[in-house]
Amino acid sequence: MTSAVFALFLREWRIARRIGGSGAMGVVFFLTLVVIVPFAVGPDPNLLARIGPAVLWIAALLASLLAFDRLFQADAEDGSLDLLHMGETPLEVAVLVKCAAHWMATGLPLIFAAPFLGLMLQQERMALLGVVATLLVGTPALTLIGAIGAAATVTVRRGGLLMALLVLPLTIPVLIFGVSAAEAAAGGPVPFLSPFAILCAITLVAVALCPFAAAAALRHLGE
Amino acid sequence: MNALIITTAALTPVSRLWRSASAFFIDFSMTEPGALPGRPPTFRQPADAPPILRLRVAGVCVARGGRRVLDNVDFRLAGGGALVVTGRNGVGKSTLLRALAGLLPLAAGTIALEGGAPDADVIRLSHYLAHADGMKAALSVGENLDFWAAYLGGGRDRRSRPPAEALAAVGLSHALHAPFGALSAGQKRRAALARLLVVWRPLWLLDEPLTALDRASREKIAQMMQAHCSLGGLIVAATHESLGLDGVAELALGAPA
Repeated sequence: MTSAVFALFLREWRIARRIGGSGAMGVVFFLTLVVIVPFAVGPDPNLLARIGPAVLWIAALLASLLAFDRLFQADAEDGSLDLLHMGETPLEVAVLVKCAAHWMATGLPLIFAAPFLGLMLQQERMALLGVVATLLVGTPALTLIGAIGAAATVTVRRGGLLMALLVLPLTIPVLIFGVSAAEAAAGGPVPFLSPFAILCAITLVAVALCPFAAAAALRHLGE
Repeated sequence: MNALIITTAALTPVSRLWRSASAFFIDFSMTEPGALPGRPPTFRQPADAPPILRLRVAGVCVARGGRRVLDNVDFRLAGGGALVVTGRNGVGKSTLLRALAGLLPLAAGTIALEGGAPDADVIRLSHYLAHADGMKAALSVGENLDFWAAYLGGGRDRRSRPPAEALAAVGLSHALHAPFGALSAGQKRRAALARLLVVWRPLWLLDEPLTALDRASREKIAQMMQAHCSLGGLIVAATHESLGLDGVAELALGAPA
């Protein structure tokens, strides 16, 4: 099973690298969202510094949402999804591995880009570190929650919007604790560790539950 | 065992004997079980050969979207045999294959592959080739086959073959490093068929396997299926065309009783 898991990860990683787009596109979308915020709220440095972590988190959330709809749909279209059921690896593990590869290809580039975009929003050094740390811990949860939406809408043509409607409400807890931990890192009334620990807990719960939910949705596809 | 494959391909009298023998072990009936009673195997297995597998399908009903697509399908197929499922479009041939592969829940009935590992599931013992090829356009043919070999658990059985050899069997040895997306429709189909060889699984469930194949390729695929049967494998294929195999049983779905 180890070799099967490794083979699946390698395949997903290669496809993501070769087709390209998803990772780079996410970063460009992230950049665009962050850049247009000062046009909307005005170029006041104090205001930007205050809302910066929230802007970065919302932009990262929307950017990671971009690539979800193809997570299982591409496999469903070319018939690989049926074959993924037929391996010796449980479908739940396959879903988890696909999510891990997807996060590496689309989530990590956002995290690397975040500190540079944070500079455009007048973020202090500690705030930048806070945003990077919270994104590093929080984006895997976004990917896993997105996997449920992607699995549930896999047979829906142009299901991207429906998926966003399903997924966005579920990501609210991640957003709340991610932003509050990032703001706490910059100095606030709340100690950094308390929201950060809850964010870690949310991600761990997502790792434990989301693969089962997504695999259950995929199993009911053919019926 | 190797001698057996070669003789099968060469159409010697020995292989004819084998094929007519294997044809005897197939019996099936639709909605009237027992129309053709199964005969016990009467030939001697080579000493090192695995036990003969038997696919037993009894009273299978499948409902899709609230409508019963398959009603009370019965058939039996012994190792070394091939069964062609025929019937008009939309009669449920693909549904039957998906149900056999374990991808659809059964409303009633049982599907069992007897004679293999005691706790083995049909879904882990079968290859399913649907209309879609199950290959990624962005990867090379070799990478696709390597992936399925690792994922579906190849390499454990000595009847699994390396990707290069599997591609040679379908006449695509030059395409090992070509991107799958660059192949023609017929070549894609052949590459998808090569997947069946990289992992040994006894039951092949083929949905229109010969789509887009030219005459020469069809002969190669027929040889490949013949070799699979001679190793004790089973084939259930839904097709409107001849598979090019001798001694193939037929299951007509939706035929008037």
